[in-house]
Amino acid sequence: MVGLFFLVPLALVVWMSLHRWPLLGKAKFNAPANYSGIAEDELLRSAAWFTVKYTVIITVLLFVVAFGLALLVQHRRPGVGFFRTAFFLPMAVGFASASLLFLGLLSDEIGPVTDLLSWLGLVDGYVSWTSGSPDSALGSAVLLVLWRFAGFTMLILLTGLHAIPPDVYEAARVDGANRWQTFRRITVPLMRPTIALVLTLMTTGSLLAFDQFWILTRGGPDNSTTSLVMVIYREAFIRLDLGSAAGISVVLLVVLVVFNALQFRVLRRRSS
Amino acid sequence: MKTTAGSRRGYYVTGAALAILFLFPLVWAGFASVRTDTGFGLENYDRLFTSANGVRLQHVLNSVVVSALTVGGTLFIATLGGYAFGRFRFPGRDVLFLLTLAILMVPYATILIALYVLLGWLGLEDSLVGLSLVLITFQLPFSVFMMRNSFEAVPVELEESARVDGCTSVGTLVRIMLPAVRPGLVTVGLFAFLTSWSEFFAPLILLNSTDKFTTTLAVVNLRTASHGSIDYAALEAGVVFMAVPCLVLFAAMQRSYVRGFTSGAVKG
Repeated sequence: MVGLFFLVPLALVVWMSLHRWPLLGKAKFNAPANYSGIAEDELLRSAAWFTVKYTVIITVLLFVVAFGLALLVQHRRPGVGFFRTAFFLPMAVGFASASLLFLGLLSDEIGPVTDLLSWLGLVDGYVSWTSGSPDSALGSAVLLVLWRFAGFTMLILLTGLHAIPPDVYEAARVDGANRWQTFRRITVPLMRPTIALVLTLMTTGSLLAFDQFWILTRGGPDNSTTSLVMVIYREAFIRLDLGSAAGISVVLLVVLVVFNALQFRVLRRRSS
Repeated sequence: MKTTAGSRRGYYVTGAALAILFLFPLVWAGFASVRTDTGFGLENYDRLFTSANGVRLQHVLNSVVVSALTVGGTLFIATLGGYAFGRFRFPGRDVLFLLTLAILMVPYATILIALYVLLGWLGLEDSLVGLSLVLITFQLPFSVFMMRNSFEAVPVELEESARVDGCTSVGTLVRIMLPAVRPGLVTVGLFAFLTSWSEFFAPLILLNSTDKFTTTLAVVNLRTASHGSIDYAALEAGVVFMAVPCLVLFAAMQRSYVRGFTSGAVKG
């Protein structure tokens, strides 16, 4: 099972990337045309740049928000269960559904956001959040991802927080450490493995972003929010060139594996 | 830590404000889905199911089939796999386990193109079974990992006493071990359901014909197939329709889900 649906496709995607492989019809060996084509593709270059930018924004913001939430609900207090559930609940909504939800929420037709902001006097008239300008389209997607994934990330960080033995905190307090020192010197270093896991999940997830842009912004305006996976999809099923799609996939795959391996090495080394 | 009255109030105000922010979109979607031009009613749902590009009973059935196959398949393989990895030593065990975890390193979006071709060769193109097999494969690393940790946490004495009492290996697994790892099973099953029920990218690539569409594809199709104006209200009805089963299941199983998740997932 693992072999059939994992190893074979892995080999196949590399094999395909070396061929001219139309959706219908016979494949022909053409290496390295699919790879040299990558360097010349203007859209691909802007998509790669955009995906990296998006990944950096999401990783930073999501990490800060999720860590804040985790710190807020880490102790058992009245109401803490309710808060945790409230933050985590968006995760139960599918990502595609969540994208559609935000499409409506941010729309000027039925969404309350524009009305609310114009009532506050912050905006004037109609604003098209998801397709008005590149920045607001990106902002919409970021907001959506924060809403949907903050609780999930919080839960993972929470398991890390709870794994720190309480006597370490006790000792720090006896030594007269203030809150910031405790956080900086104890919480963060002891959570390094959890933080590594969370960062890996976040960067991998955002480098592969598709649903949010496909549904929320349709890659627009003017392809400004077209992500890498959207380009792969377009190559394969709109331009019907599976070989070139496989070529981009292989490059993305190699980048991800190398990046994850590096990230783990760096975080491991610092922790020992 | 000392909690003063001020910091306690700060905690409640921040917590409540954030909770409202997080819950607001959900509540709004429910509200928008029943709001009509004249007041409140189910007209949006009516349009969702009857308009030209709308959701059909067939799509819902497709989703149910895919989810059932994925959840069943994942539970079956993850239980056997987790039991084997957690309890037995056999040649190649570590290599196999690493291979399973390697799936995590290779995100499926990058090999879906190849899977599309591969399923075509197997005669499983545009097939719900093919889609389920792919979804199961990508559930495996998390599920097998979870189940291995769950099985390892069960004391060996429990199993030995069952064997002394005359239970076979399979009998022990079914009668003794399965009840002992129930939180893990619930987590794995719920996770598999949530993913397969709402997965969008894999069905988008692997299913071609409209009558094979899952509900997610059909609802998204309402947005992407419309060239002029989007029927936002019907979309929100679709969102609610998709989300309700997940929210209900999640609410019902939240306790064991979170417990299983925190005890199994991040350890080790």
